[in-house]
Amino acid sequence: MSEVKKIKKGLDIKLIGKAEKVLEKADRSETYAIKPTDFPGLTPKLKVKVNAEVKAGSPLFFDKYCPEINFASPVSGKVIAVNRGERRKILEVVIQADTETQYETFKKADPNGLSREDVKEELLKSGLWCYLRQRPYDVIAKPLETPKAIFISAFDTAPLAADFDFLVEGESEAFQAGINALAKLTDGKVNLNINPNLNQSKVFSDAKNVAINKFTGIHPAGNVGVQIHHVDPINKGEVVWVIRPQEVVFIGRLFTKGIYDVSRKIALCGSEVKTPCYFETIQGASVRNILKGKLKDEQKIRVISGNVLTGTQIFEDGFIGSYDSQLTVIPEGNQFEFLGWALPGLNKFSMSKSFFSWLMPKKEYRLDANMHGEHRAYVVSGEYEKVLPMDILPVHLVKSIMIEDIDRMEQLGIYEVAPEDFALCEFVCTSKINVQDIIRQGIGLMIKEMS
Amino acid sequence: MKALRKFLDKKKPLFEKGGKYAKLQSTFEAFETFLFVPDITSKTGTHIKDAIDLKRTMSVVVLALFPALLFGMYNVGYQHFRSAGELAATGMFDLFLYGLIKVLPIIVVSYVVGLGIEFAFAQMRGHKVNEGFLVSGMLIPLIMPVEAPLWMVAVATAFAVVIGKEVFGGTGMNIWNPALVARAFFFFAYPSKMSGDAVWIADKADTFSGATPLAHAAALVGAKGEAATSIIEQHLSNTWDMFVGLIPGSIGETSTIAILIGALILIATGIGSWRIIVSVFAGGFVMGTLFNLLGSNSYMTLIPAWQHLVMGGFAFGAVFMATDPVSGTQTTRGKYIYGFLIGFLAVLIRVLNAGFPEAMMLAILLMNTFAPLIDHFVVQGNIKRRLKRVKVTA
Repeated sequence: MSEVKKIKKGLDIKLIGKAEKVLEKADRSETYAIKPTDFPGLTPKLKVKVNAEVKAGSPLFFDKYCPEINFASPVSGKVIAVNRGERRKILEVVIQADTETQYETFKKADPNGLSREDVKEELLKSGLWCYLRQRPYDVIAKPLETPKAIFISAFDTAPLAADFDFLVEGESEAFQAGINALAKLTDGKVNLNINPNLNQSKVFSDAKNVAINKFTGIHPAGNVGVQIHHVDPINKGEVVWVIRPQEVVFIGRLFTKGIYDVSRKIALCGSEVKTPCYFETIQGASVRNILKGKLKDEQKIRVISGNVLTGTQIFEDGFIGSYDSQLTVIPEGNQFEFLGWALPGLNKFSMSKSFFSWLMPKKEYRLDANMHGEHRAYVVSGEYEKVLPMDILPVHLVKSIMIEDIDRMEQLGIYEVAPEDFALCEFVCTSKINVQDIIRQGIGLMIKEMS
Repeated sequence: MKALRKFLDKKKPLFEKGGKYAKLQSTFEAFETFLFVPDITSKTGTHIKDAIDLKRTMSVVVLALFPALLFGMYNVGYQHFRSAGELAATGMFDLFLYGLIKVLPIIVVSYVVGLGIEFAFAQMRGHKVNEGFLVSGMLIPLIMPVEAPLWMVAVATAFAVVIGKEVFGGTGMNIWNPALVARAFFFFAYPSKMSGDAVWIADKADTFSGATPLAHAAALVGAKGEAATSIIEQHLSNTWDMFVGLIPGSIGETSTIAILIGALILIATGIGSWRIIVSVFAGGFVMGTLFNLLGSNSYMTLIPAWQHLVMGGFAFGAVFMATDPVSGTQTTRGKYIYGFLIGFLAVLIRVLNAGFPEAMMLAILLMNTFAPLIDHFVVQGNIKRRLKRVKVTA
């Protein structure tokens, strides 16, 4: 088999509240929502009005600049609200679910027997296309392009990440069908990147029609962008598509069952959850019923759809994001701390060894959302380099984005990065600079200038 | 603490925009955030943040400076009583106390002048007060001769903060290490107070030679035969004293051992760059060895390469000055080159230019100037690697 690549640069952040591999039942959520804000750079155009009846798989809205890309309702029911923000930007399309899900029917077919155009059409029509994302730019893939390869990371190394083996348990048939469909979309390989220490599941190891690459090491070893960089780096003009294993299963279900079935397991984790475990739910579900009675209510909390590094803050009656398989609950931490910067800091986590907590390398932390200091200009150097396992000069790239120098951004590797790859840089930054926002801005600028 | 917090919360509106003391907002915030880590939480991006901030970073550096500072105070007393011939009769505590009384005013002047200017600039620009001067304010006294007149320290500090830092936009933007700018200003503006044999020992007895080892070593250049060996025997044979630091010199720079303790703190906490520290020493050693091999005068033949590393401000510069992340190189590779060249040039200037026996300051300032150029080449290397990849695959 292929050699194992070990990712040495990075940082594992050990938090309290990892989900037990137990599937618990939560009350079925009554409302579901698809949030256009989950898809960076998207301008949505609505296809439905409030009070419209929809089925699972009925389009709710589409991409204004690429109208073939539909975004479908995860359940059947009635559209009860279109929530808008500033300048009438659409934030959420909310659906009140029926008790019994009605599905739109799509063509049942073995993807191996279909042409590339057929597979594309099915994915676009059903609304599953949005799960295919492209690098460069970390946005939804363009249907007219053909990627040089497709990459799937079969593990996640982010703090408290869900166990992907557990998420796809018993789905090997759908997973394989999904892989077969994806294989039609590229002239190159479908790469499945597994971690021999984390992935024991046969769903991954027995998968056919894929090239398997092996990675071990610390976060961000599980980031697909980092893996691409080490296997087949993206040069100017090249496109790679990425997708996550559960979403491959969605595609598989579309072809094997002929329906848009986006039910998935999610991990409920974090220090403020009484018993962290997994739940069976459907994409876009309201978290109200999932969280009910499950939280320690000691202090103000923050609910995050996704992980603590890249996730989105949602309210306690908010909705799970489209790409997320993890709900994290941490303390808000909006309080002052007397001389906090001077204390020994046994409960504080830092990559530097300037707090004495480094004496306890195995300790799990209960970290809150406090900034631990104010924003400053860049002073410390060499920090980002320690947590970015790519041949990229992070600070120089960030600075080239700040001054909006397109040529420089291109030279320094903007095509290879996604905001999530810089999440650890942002975490460790002494000057508290919002690196992920800056990377996203840079990507936005590139899209604007290059189109 | 709650009472204090309540008090601050009550007074805070007075300092906000439109308040009675709005002109002192930066000052108020500086003190407030000093007392309390603020309650602000992450709004976008990562929801959790590393516990470190600039206050922590800077206070670790100040902590790392303490061994050098404390030893410096002791040495000030030691040198004074030695020159007066009263060393045997004076207790260790008295030596330290004497040094404390001599050194403390310099520290106070440095901090008061420097922070005063920083606060004023922050307020004028509507910025927050940056923590950078906490370190500079401690570095400046440590690289001054103990006999430096306080008003000169004040002028040098003001020059360093205004011309060395604020004109570039404040902490994080400066080209040169501010503390070294202060010293360079002092050196060129008031040379009689920054060089020679009289300024390194407090209230030196007139009959006593107060020359630093570097001055003795520089005298070797013109000396031949017995004259040279007698300089070595009389002044430069006690390398243990040089290592421990019981020699005349700037307040904090004499003790290699105290500086190494500081280096250990910086490297262990991950705050100082070990790459720079190690390569400065390597560069100095390599140049020293080259001179030993070349051997065209007594300085080159009689001073072994390693001795350069314990004399004068070499170790202090390597550990506390070259590692300034703002004025140094920022790329990993660049750090090795930058550090090596500092050590290399420092010894080169020392030996070849008798006008500047203490060359460390100049070597670091010079490399500060060239740091962006070194980084430029490292960045170009990265860009070329990326371009090459395209050609290989195409």
